[in-house]
Amino acid sequence: MGSSNSSVNNIPNAQELMQETGFSAAHILRLHERFEFLDKHKCGQLRLVDRPTNQPQDFGAVQELALNPIGDSIISAFFSPGQETVDFASFVRILAHFRPTDRNQSRDGAQQEPANSSIRKLKFAFQMYDQDRDGKISRAELLQVLRAMLGIQVTEEQLQSIAERAIQEADLDRDDAISFDEFRKSLEKVDIDHKMSIRFLR
Amino acid sequence: MLLLGLTLLLTAAAAADLPDTGAPPLLGPGLGFSPSVSASASAPPLLLLPQPRPEYGAPGVALARSAAEEPAVPAEEEEGPHHHHGGGYRVVQWEWSYVQTPYIIAIWLLVASVAKILFHFSQRFTTVVPESCMLILLGLVLGGVVLIANKKQLYQLEPALFFLFLLPTIVGDAGYFMPARLFFDNLGAILTYAVVGTLWNAFCTGFCLYAAKLLGVIDERVQADLMDFLLFGALISAVDPVAVLAVFEEVHVNDTLFIIVFGESLVNDAVTVVLYKVYISFVEVGVENVQTADYFKGVASFLIVSIGGTLVGLVFAVILGFITRFTKKVRIIEPLFVFLMVYLAYLTAELFSLSAILSMTFCGIGANKYVEANISQKSRTTVKYTMKTLASIAETIIFIFLGISAVDKSKWAWDTGLVSCTLVFIFVFRAAGVIGQTWVLNRFRLVPLDKIDQVVMSYGGLRGAVAFALVVLLDGEQVKAKDYFVATTIVVVFFTVMFQGLTIKPLVDWLKVPRSTSRKPTINEEIHERAFDHILTAVEDIAGLQGYHHWRDKWEQFDKNYLSKLLLRKSVYRKSELWEAYQKINIRDAISVIDQGGNVLTSARLSLPSMASRASFPEVTNVTNYLRENGSGVCLDLQVIDNVPGAKVEEDTETHHVLAENLYKPRRRYQSHYSRHFMPLGEKERQDREVFQRNMKSRMETFKSTRHKRHKKERSLKKRRGSDAKEDGSDKPRRNVSWQDKNPVVVPVESEEEKGEHSDPEKEEDVGITFVARKAETPKQRPKSVPAALDGSPLASPSSPPSGDSHLPWKGSVGSPPPCVSVEANKIIPVDLQQAWNQSISSLESISSPPVPAEPVHPRVSALSRLGGPRPASYTPPGSTAGSTSSIGAQVLQGPFCFPERNKKEEEEEEEEGGAVQEMQPLMSSLRPPGNPCVYLRSLVMAPSPGSGEPHSRGPTQL
Repeated sequence: MGSSNSSVNNIPNAQELMQETGFSAAHILRLHERFEFLDKHKCGQLRLVDRPTNQPQDFGAVQELALNPIGDSIISAFFSPGQETVDFASFVRILAHFRPTDRNQSRDGAQQEPANSSIRKLKFAFQMYDQDRDGKISRAELLQVLRAMLGIQVTEEQLQSIAERAIQEADLDRDDAISFDEFRKSLEKVDIDHKMSIRFLR
Repeated sequence: MLLLGLTLLLTAAAAADLPDTGAPPLLGPGLGFSPSVSASASAPPLLLLPQPRPEYGAPGVALARSAAEEPAVPAEEEEGPHHHHGGGYRVVQWEWSYVQTPYIIAIWLLVASVAKILFHFSQRFTTVVPESCMLILLGLVLGGVVLIANKKQLYQLEPALFFLFLLPTIVGDAGYFMPARLFFDNLGAILTYAVVGTLWNAFCTGFCLYAAKLLGVIDERVQADLMDFLLFGALISAVDPVAVLAVFEEVHVNDTLFIIVFGESLVNDAVTVVLYKVYISFVEVGVENVQTADYFKGVASFLIVSIGGTLVGLVFAVILGFITRFTKKVRIIEPLFVFLMVYLAYLTAELFSLSAILSMTFCGIGANKYVEANISQKSRTTVKYTMKTLASIAETIIFIFLGISAVDKSKWAWDTGLVSCTLVFIFVFRAAGVIGQTWVLNRFRLVPLDKIDQVVMSYGGLRGAVAFALVVLLDGEQVKAKDYFVATTIVVVFFTVMFQGLTIKPLVDWLKVPRSTSRKPTINEEIHERAFDHILTAVEDIAGLQGYHHWRDKWEQFDKNYLSKLLLRKSVYRKSELWEAYQKINIRDAISVIDQGGNVLTSARLSLPSMASRASFPEVTNVTNYLRENGSGVCLDLQVIDNVPGAKVEEDTETHHVLAENLYKPRRRYQSHYSRHFMPLGEKERQDREVFQRNMKSRMETFKSTRHKRHKKERSLKKRRGSDAKEDGSDKPRRNVSWQDKNPVVVPVESEEEKGEHSDPEKEEDVGITFVARKAETPKQRPKSVPAALDGSPLASPSSPPSGDSHLPWKGSVGSPPPCVSVEANKIIPVDLQQAWNQSISSLESISSPPVPAEPVHPRVSALSRLGGPRPASYTPPGSTAGSTSSIGAQVLQGPFCFPERNKKEEEEEEEEGGAVQEMQPLMSSLRPPGNPCVYLRSLVMAPSPGSGEPHSRGPTQL
């Protein structure tokens, strides 16, 4: 523990990050190692796209992501709009979304909602759909995700009808798109804390 | 009353074997049931009638005995030598020995089933008292009756019967329908509780009982040493799947809690089996002879039994999946494969003395996905219902026999100390074990189990028939205290099942344990939860963690790339789960709409349950899409769905199936034609009526809206065919031909669909669905074949719509309230009809009818004269006519319908009147003699002439 603490001290803003995200020092350390592994240029930032060459981004190092049907959408959700890089703090903050909610541990509700609250988890998922960040999942955006997830297994028409149905179902104000509120409502019966948490990040 | 009678009958039946039942029931040493198995396979499996078995081959003996014991029955044969073939001819013979075994089994099943019915008479009662309690009580009563009648208990829950027949049905059901995702999500917890928890319970109970014995709490008469107590602890400590299922199914705790308790009860079988076997062998060789190596062998045995059992199950799952890949042509035995393979998995594991429950469970879990995808919908239903029926009846019998077994004087070796100590210990250690393990588990679990969960889990540690069967299996020679153990086990089982089973519901209410909701996921949830899985996998990958999602994703890749390719049919392999889910939701909507009552259908607005409170549909959705989306309610007219351009065939047929099953009963003639199983047309008449009215109604709508004469002709032609389709009896050859003759002319749009159905047999294997759909499609073909035919004819109108779409009646009526059955459509009064006919005929008379081609007489009339059947041959393109008939008919029909002014009159008429008029048109056109058609028609209607006239006039009235 002592050694890890000393290492943690090498990470900038480690304490603040721990405070903010609820990660333990060991977590931060581990994530930092991972971050440095991904950060091939050692510039402290992960890039969406390598500028000069337009070559695979830093996340391309993760082999499995290539297999993930919606990997690209998820990666782009790591980057705030307009930005093409993500530094360690943001990296940790994003991952903090997936920290399990501690039910018993009462976090003082004074500050803003912790990143791992169910609403923030939902927000992340929503952003994954909402590629153009207009606050709405349009039919096209939903279709895109569906297409990625279902791949060749279904025809375009089947995709259409699934998307159609999904939008009809969730779309309460009938603007033919799913706003975040509608998104949340459509999932309110789902245990988000459970479904959007990763055990190892506890 | 009935029960009492049945009981008496059973008692009487049992009395037949009274002289022989002195010996205790068959006991196999250890878990090796093999000896008793072979014996009981040939003998009555349900009721162990131990001794009669040897003489079973000689019916005469048993026969004489039973005859002697049954004074009420005229004893035809007085003694054994008089075999039923011996002696003179008997008018009535008493063949009890011949039917005895199946008869008793059947009677028991009947008793169990009737008991279930009786319990559920009182709704309030069953909500308070679990069924299992009632069944045990019933068993006690029945046992008491048998005991009083015979002075001896004849029936008990036989281990061989239990392990070979009753338990597999329950475990098979549980395994096959196990929610796999939930199970594997909680696998860690389940394994911990099953292995660690059971071991803990077994050792602690055993040691503490031994300590109690040393302390003198347990009476001296209980001759047992440490090994005996450990053995007893092992068999009494395992949570019982049967009891857990029975009790928890009524409590409806949340899924996680249920799967943990239930999964534990299934998986702990391996532990129980091993402990039991190890201790048995230790008891046999004597504790002092046990060497250290034996302990390690015990551990190794555990690994082999559990892993081996699982592997056997998985192997059988793969075989089962593989087999069902090729059952396309033998749909009818698909369910049998499922039962057989799952059961074989159980038996095979038992054969190698592996954990049979584990084997069966994993076979079920593993095969479910592939089997369900491979087999047809009907087979799925069959599998489901058969499994549930068997499991339910097995459970009932188990509990009844538990009750009966308890009423046995020979079993009552009571020792208060032992009983109370056991009760206390199992409860305390269960609670302690759960709390301890949960504390550890919660450090790793994503969703920690809170205190309430732990209470329910502790309290839900029910013991049941497995423990009882195991204790009965003990060898009385080796285990001196067997009788005490049996009595204690019975008490423990009764206490847990009855007391805890009775109180767990109030407890759950009181603790406000989160309940499970039987809510089905919406399409959004289906989509998003899949997306969540991907997100979590991606995040684990990004964060460099190899967590649960990582491995699950790896497994899914493996499954997709190899397993599914191996085990799924090609056609199924292409389908996606999400798409399936989507279809399921649609079908569910349809069904629930229908379940709400047909009234929903008559209202233009209908709200789908899964689309909460939607007043109207968004305008952006195009109508066909809307109809397709919601599949069901709105479009009563089946053709709507069919005419969605390029709609996927499976979807259509699925929806069709639902619609066809529920909205109105379509005639299944085509089906009977193609399927190997002829479906009798029970409701033919009603269906005919309904179909006709529907067609009429929709036709009227279009008529009003479009007023295109061409359409009318087509419609009338279509109707003519529709009526022939519906009235033509089960005359197969004719039907076949008439169907074919519609086929050759198809509009390209449709031909694609047709191709989809015909050229892709892989896709559409479900015979039933296919032909329902096909049949429902036939009306659609009619209008299409007509224009095609017309195009060839010189009379073809240039304004005929290019594609099949715009002139279809349902298209016209889409904007207005959708075609639906109105209430008055059902009441048809012949008098009205007559009026309507008169009206329509007078209207016809006012029209200057165009010249009629000379053709009309021939194919139809000649066919009519040739066939001469009661069915109006004019309605039927006769069997001999080739495909050209339809086109000829179409040309013929051109004639009489060029009178626009008639529309108004028709509009005023009732819809069935309009229908009648339209119904008349093909009649008129086809039967009209070269003279004045109207006069002929009138004479036809007014004074039904013998021969062809009568059926015609009756035709509409039948509607």
